[in-house]
Amino acid sequence: MTRKQKKVLIRILMSTVLVIAFYFIPIENPYIRLAFFLIPYLIIGYDILRKAILGIFHGEVFDENFLMAVATVGAIVIGEYVEGTAVMLFYQIGELFQSYAVGKSRKNITELMDIRPDYANVEKDGQLVQVEPDEVAIGTIITVQPGEKVPIDGVIVSGSSSLNTSALTGESLPREAKEGDEVISGCVNISGVLRIRTTKEFGESTVSKILDLVENSSMKKSRSENFITRFARYYTPIVCFGALALALCPPIINIIMGNPGNWMQWAFRALTTLVISCPCALVISIPLSFFGGIGGASAKGILIKGSNYLEALSETKYVVCDKTGTLTKGVFEVTHIEPADGISKEELLEMAAYVESYSNHPISKSLKKAYGKDIDTARVQNVEEISGHGVQALVDERRIAAGNVKLMKKLGVSYDVPQNVGTEVHVTIDGRYAGFILISDVIKPNAREAVYGLKEAGVRQVVMLTGDAKRVADAAAKEIGVDVVKSELLPADKVAEVEKLLDTKGAKEKLAFVGDGINDAPVLSRADLGIAMGALGSDAAIEAADIVLMDDDPAKIATAMKISKKTIRIVHQNIVLALVIKFGCLGLSAVGFVNMWWAIFADVGVMIIAVINATRALK
Amino acid sequence: MNKNYKIEVDCAACALKMEEAAKKTTGVKDAAVAFMTQKMSIEFEDGADVKTVMKNVTKACKKVEPDCEIFL
Repeated sequence: MTRKQKKVLIRILMSTVLVIAFYFIPIENPYIRLAFFLIPYLIIGYDILRKAILGIFHGEVFDENFLMAVATVGAIVIGEYVEGTAVMLFYQIGELFQSYAVGKSRKNITELMDIRPDYANVEKDGQLVQVEPDEVAIGTIITVQPGEKVPIDGVIVSGSSSLNTSALTGESLPREAKEGDEVISGCVNISGVLRIRTTKEFGESTVSKILDLVENSSMKKSRSENFITRFARYYTPIVCFGALALALCPPIINIIMGNPGNWMQWAFRALTTLVISCPCALVISIPLSFFGGIGGASAKGILIKGSNYLEALSETKYVVCDKTGTLTKGVFEVTHIEPADGISKEELLEMAAYVESYSNHPISKSLKKAYGKDIDTARVQNVEEISGHGVQALVDERRIAAGNVKLMKKLGVSYDVPQNVGTEVHVTIDGRYAGFILISDVIKPNAREAVYGLKEAGVRQVVMLTGDAKRVADAAAKEIGVDVVKSELLPADKVAEVEKLLDTKGAKEKLAFVGDGINDAPVLSRADLGIAMGALGSDAAIEAADIVLMDDDPAKIATAMKISKKTIRIVHQNIVLALVIKFGCLGLSAVGFVNMWWAIFADVGVMIIAVINATRALK
Repeated sequence: MNKNYKIEVDCAACALKMEEAAKKTTGVKDAAVAFMTQKMSIEFEDGADVKTVMKNVTKACKKVEPDCEIFL
C-alpha cells in the first residue's frame, strides 16, 4: 500500500469506530447528535467535500465527488446521520479497494514487462564499477556476469555463454552466444562471464526501444475507450438532472393531485440514484483490460503498439503473409539428395560441396553447410566457373562438374528429373551422371499449425504473397495450407495485391499483413494492421509495424489474435455488466425498491467485479 | 513536437478529465493521458513554448482534478 492508501485506511478505521460508538450512545438532543455524527463524517469525507466545492468553483459540477457530497449531505439534512456517514465510508472503502486492486494489477503488468536493466558494469582502473546504462558511451567494454541482464546492445569481445531471451521473445529455450556474436540488450546471461563492446547508446538499444513502445501503447486508444470517454461526458449530467427531476416532479405532481407531497421519500430516492450512477466501473475497467491484454501479449514476445491495434486484431478476417522469412525460414537448405546408382548420398554431397567450395553463392553455402565438415582446399584444383551453368573442378584428381540442367545438356549427360520443388544441383563425376541435390527455402516447422490457428481464431482467408516462381510457390502453399497464393510478384505488386483485397473486403473486416519488416514497410503501413516478425534486433521492423513479434514464430500471430479476442470479450462483458446492473438499480431505486446499501453495491461492487474481470486479460 | 510526462492521478475518470483539460489548453495540438502507465503525452503546436504551455496544462488539470500531479 502506498502512503496515500494507508492514510485513507486509518481514516476509514477511525470513522467506523466512531459511527458504531455513536450509534449505541442514546443522545436526545438532535443538534448534539448531529454534532457527534459530523466528526466521523468529516474525518472520512472532508477530501470529497473539498473536491466537490472546488469542482463547483471550477465549473466542473457533475463529477463523482459532487454526487457523493450531495448524496451524503442530503442524507444528513433529512436526519439519516448513520446512513449519510456510512455511504461516505463505503464509498471510501470502495475507492481504496479500487486503487489497491488497480495498483496491484498495474504492478503485475509492469513487472511482466520489466526488462529495464538497472546498471552496467564498466571496468575502471582494473575494477568493475556499476554505472547507469545511459551513461555508457558507444564502444565501451562492459562486463555482464551470470544472472545479470545485458544492459546495452553490443558485440561479445570475450567469453561465451547461453542467453535467456524469454523476457524479449517469450521463448524459453536459451540461445548460445560466443566471441564475435552480436548480443541484444534485455537478454539474461545464464552461464559464463561476457565482455561486450557496446555498439549503441542505451537510448537506442533494443531494450529501450521496446520499453518505449510498450509504455506508450496505452496512449493510442481503442474505439471502446473513446466510447466510454464520450459516454461519461453525457452520462453524469443526465443522471444529475434525472435525480433532480426525481426529487421534484413526483412530490409536485402529488401536491397537484391533492395528495401529500412526500418530499423526504423522493429526495432520498433521488440521492440513492446519484450514488448508483457513478461511472467509475466502466471508466476504470476498460483501459485496465486493454492494458492487461497488451501486458499479457508482451510477456509472450508480442508487442502491440496500442489498444486500437489490439482491437483491430480481434476483427481481422484476412491475413496476408509474405512467404520468405515469414512462413519459410528465408535461408536455403539442402532438402533432398538423390544419388545415381553406385554412389552414396554422402559421397555425392561431399563432391558437390568440394567443387563449389570456392564460391560464395547462397547455393554453395548451403551445400557446405549440409556437408558440415571442414573443406580441405588442397583437394580441389583447376576450379572453373561456367557462368549461368555451374562449376567444374578437379577434386581428388577426379573431374567433377556441378550445376543446373543447362550444364548437363552442355556436357551431353542424361539426368534425372526431380519430383520435388527446389533449386536443382546436378553432379557428374568423370563425365558420368552421379545424381542431384535439391536446395530449397525451408518451410518453418510450425507454419502449417500457424495457418490452422489463424483459421481457428476466425480468420476467413490466409493469403500468401511471394516473388517465387509459380511452381515453387504453389507447392509451398499446398504444404502450408494457405487459401490463396499470388506468385511471381515484384515488391510493388505486393502493395497492389493488398490494395485489391482492401477494396473487396467488408468495412468492419480488418486486413493484417505479416512480413519480416525488411523490405515490406510500404505494405506494412498500407494494411489495416502491419505485423512484423523476427524483429529482435531489427529497428526498421519495430518502427514500421503496428504489432511486432519478437521472434520469427508464425504461430504467435494466432496467439496474438486469441489474446485480442479474449481482451475484447472482457471489455464487452464489463460494459454490459456495469450498464445492466447500474440501469437496473437506477430503475429499482426510482420506484423505491433499492436502499442506500444496494446503491453502494451497485457502485463499488460492480467496479470491483469489473476490475477483477479485467485482470483476467493478463493471463 | 511530442513529449511525455509522468503524472500521478488516482482515478481513471479523473485521468479522462485531465486529458480533456490538456487538449483545450492553447499551444497543445493533442493530448493523451494513460491512467495505467501514469503518463501524459502532449503534442505541442509548432512554435509553442513548452514551458508556458505545460504551466497552463498543469493549471488546467489542477482545476479539474485538484489531487493530480504532473512531473515536469
